[in-house]
Amino acid sequence: MATAAEQWVLVEMVQALYEAPAYHLILEGILILWIIRLVFSKTYKLQERSDLTAKEKEELIEEWQPEPLVPPVSKDHPALNYNIVSGPPSHNIVVNGKECINFASFNFLGLLDNPRVKAAALASLKKYGVGTCGPRGFYGTFDVHLDLEERLAKFMKTEEAIIYSYGFSTIASAIPAYSKRGDIIFVDSAACFAIQKGLQASRSDIKVFKHNDVADLERLLKEQEIEDQKNPRKARVTRRFIVVEGLYMNTGTICPLPEVVKLKYKYKARIFLEESLSFGVLGEHGRGVTEHYGISIDDIDLISANMENALASVGGFCCGRSFVIDHQRLSGQGYCFSASLPPLLAAAAIEALNIMEENPGIFAVLKEKCQYIHRALQGISGLKVVGESLSPAFHLQLEESTGSREKDVKLLQEIVNQCMNRRVALTQARYLEKEEKCLPPPSIRVVVTVEQTEEELEKAASTIKEVAQAVLL
Amino acid sequence: MRPEPGGCCCRRPVRANGCVKNGEVRNGYVRSSAAVTAAAGQIHHVTENGGLYKRPFNEAFEETPMLVAVLTYVGYGVLTLFGYLRDFLRHWRIEKCHHATEREEQKDFVSLYQDFENFYTRNLYMRIRDNWNRPICSVPGARVDIMERHSHDYNWSFKYTGNIIKGVINMGSYNYLGFARNTGSCQEAAAKVLEEYGVGVCSTRQEIGNLDKHEELEKLVARFLGVEAAMAYGMGFATNSMNIPALVGKGCLILSDELNHASLVLGARLSGATIRIFKHNNMQSLEKLLKDAIVYGQPRTRRPWKKILILVEGIYSMEGSIVRLPEVIALKKKYKAYLYLDEAHSIGALGPSGRGVVDYFGLDPEDVDVMMGTFTKSFGASGGYIGGKKELIDYLRTHSHSAVYATSLSPPVVEQIITSMKCIMGQDGTSLGKGCIQQLAENTRYFRRRLKEMGFIIYGNEDSPVVPLMLYMPAKIGAFGREMLKRNIGVVVVGFPATPIIESRARFCLSAAHTKEILDTALKEIDEVGDLLQLKYSRHRLVPLLDRPFDETTYEETED
Repeated sequence: MATAAEQWVLVEMVQALYEAPAYHLILEGILILWIIRLVFSKTYKLQERSDLTAKEKEELIEEWQPEPLVPPVSKDHPALNYNIVSGPPSHNIVVNGKECINFASFNFLGLLDNPRVKAAALASLKKYGVGTCGPRGFYGTFDVHLDLEERLAKFMKTEEAIIYSYGFSTIASAIPAYSKRGDIIFVDSAACFAIQKGLQASRSDIKVFKHNDVADLERLLKEQEIEDQKNPRKARVTRRFIVVEGLYMNTGTICPLPEVVKLKYKYKARIFLEESLSFGVLGEHGRGVTEHYGISIDDIDLISANMENALASVGGFCCGRSFVIDHQRLSGQGYCFSASLPPLLAAAAIEALNIMEENPGIFAVLKEKCQYIHRALQGISGLKVVGESLSPAFHLQLEESTGSREKDVKLLQEIVNQCMNRRVALTQARYLEKEEKCLPPPSIRVVVTVEQTEEELEKAASTIKEVAQAVLL
Repeated sequence: MRPEPGGCCCRRPVRANGCVKNGEVRNGYVRSSAAVTAAAGQIHHVTENGGLYKRPFNEAFEETPMLVAVLTYVGYGVLTLFGYLRDFLRHWRIEKCHHATEREEQKDFVSLYQDFENFYTRNLYMRIRDNWNRPICSVPGARVDIMERHSHDYNWSFKYTGNIIKGVINMGSYNYLGFARNTGSCQEAAAKVLEEYGVGVCSTRQEIGNLDKHEELEKLVARFLGVEAAMAYGMGFATNSMNIPALVGKGCLILSDELNHASLVLGARLSGATIRIFKHNNMQSLEKLLKDAIVYGQPRTRRPWKKILILVEGIYSMEGSIVRLPEVIALKKKYKAYLYLDEAHSIGALGPSGRGVVDYFGLDPEDVDVMMGTFTKSFGASGGYIGGKKELIDYLRTHSHSAVYATSLSPPVVEQIITSMKCIMGQDGTSLGKGCIQQLAENTRYFRRRLKEMGFIIYGNEDSPVVPLMLYMPAKIGAFGREMLKRNIGVVVVGFPATPIIESRARFCLSAAHTKEILDTALKEIDEVGDLLQLKYSRHRLVPLLDRPFDETTYEETED
């Protein structure tokens, strides 16, 4: 039926064609041609719209003016002109030509100019020279490195230790060795800059909890747990880490580790502990914050510390179980791709460990001195002491800010300068203001060492008091 | 795209055979054709680069022979199959599991690292692990003492036998100028400073760790490099990773060579800038990226880039290639980009006066915006530096992560750098430094030439003291390392992931401390092992040299 009808229509059309007048056909023909033209012609030229000609490109390149490589630094930038220390930065230090008692270097145990340490380093220098001329993998592993790793592991009572040639790179390499994109890191808001860089390099999700606030940490962990229940498949492969410091460099406070360890097992997150300040300081034998609290070292997945403070050498180390630490030997960037630690520095660190093991009494002495000056510095009008009384590095902050950071820094610098004139070497804690995630307020950092005598501590406290009074009032 | 310059082709794109042949001819050290060689190089560069090069630039990367490539893949295939088989056996406890395991208490935690990440380590690396991390117990000089070790559990753990393999020829350490020594003026000076200062500093540069020694070093480094100012840092790796973020940030573009060192990659990543990669030492690729970047601006926002920073290295440590610096500088000037040059391997090791790749090409150090390098290699110390205009260094003094947060260089290490640098500059009143530089250049040319004559495939520039010898097959990595150690020669072998999967290689680092006897011994053994393992892959056999005396392969010859 349908085909018959179609055929009929066709016949009719042909018939109509015959019958139509000539002008009609011509008109229709023109219309058809017009439509064809419309269909096939371009109304605009694509070429002109998007592609630049070579000449235009050249003009653009000619036109482009980059910013200068670095912005100019004003001549009186507070950090531009460094203090110059002549001679060794030991207990007595010559800063800008003035002889002072050192209250600024992290030489907690006074090992920097210890004759035994020097002798050990010298013996190593005479045997190995200075540099290692290679990374650990390529003939840069010396017997001294193996010794030091073994000694550190033994000292910390862990299975294994790994040494880095730079303190900063230790935790900054260790974190991204384990935590990858998609993993979650819970970190204290006062974490030091090296940790921050490690977090950034790991590209993991970062959750910041309030400084030393275990409740806030638990809140975040709980939130994550709820999140995980929604997506259990993802949760099965998402590693969780809690990164804390033993003693916080930026605040001088101690980490509430026992509570954090409880949370670790409750929420199945691993703990990375940065102990640069607390290693060789806290605990009966100087093993750090775990010994201080009496926590089993196995409860902490990874401990990292530098050898640049208490050990007065250079470099850093991580320790923990072999299952954890060994992984860094192939994935710790600062370990694999950097020249190894000069053997003389490793030898110095070994000797420093020997001294620490032989004189476990020094940690109590250090603690006493910390508490002593901590007490002596209370009640300065205008300055407040920030930090734990057992921390050998703590901060003096302005009680009331002037409202501008720049002015605060200037005021504190004035105090530092005047103290320096009166033979007490201090320094402000320096930060990169734009880079810090949670910038601490400006402060003077006071460092206690076992070499400081009671009179010196007394004198420092009274000097700071008097100077602060003169500057701030 | 312009045709690849013959003989200096980049390695990644597939190369035309003729191109390689061309390069090989030019790389021949046939005496009679030495003049022709230089002329060919000159003409070539006049046409290609508008006469940017003042010296012949001969770099070759011979194509991987097809059969070798296929066999290499088969090798990896077999290894992978066996890996799965053994993992299966381990899973069912048929084979003993050697690797460390998770604590019982933490078994229900998410695993610390993925199992498949470790497949390669467990099943491939572990088989030949004894070739790395060999502990030494002497100065890393021309000869080195290695502690003998054995493994009773197929390299899962090592036991030290207590024996020491004495006098192993060291072809692995980056001791280019031979300053890794435990005697002589450097050691004496370092010892003196050590006794005076101790080893540590216990503070940062900005706080109270800026010693007079550091200031002295920085002034000297600036003078050595021929720049306005310089700054020194405690670790070479960190010099890159902690300073690049101070220079560029969001809205800036980094153009990075694909084979740049991990520290540069990390620094670039930490900076927050956009990163684009160009083909290794390929100037067409770099120019295209530069042009596109300026013309099209930032993606999405279409704003122009704030600044463009080009990251290159002087000598690439795995390829032995030298950066085409004259061309890079020309491009950087044309497109107003900034140049960051990492001279970790080239400082001291290249150039008639040891001032690195800038000196080698006879260029002006002012044309390089950021001159970075390390003290680890040629100076036999540790640490790194950045040199440049005063404004740059002032900015870094205030903004470098390293200056604010990291402990400064150890004083005896600083002294080692000062003494060795003065020696290189001839300021110690001797020509010792100059002699070392010449010796290294001679050693380099001699060693490379002899290896090529033997028929090995050698990568890189004829003047580069880093000499990669291609092994290709995974089994040969271990075999080569072990056979060489058996013959009392310590070499570095590298495979995936440090190199592309089929391009495993051995790497020799030459040193001014290597004498002719040492090199000849090493060459003889390499020749032997090469025959034993059938490593002589090169299809461009060279005519052996007519007994050219060693000391005549002079450096000056190539200067003009």
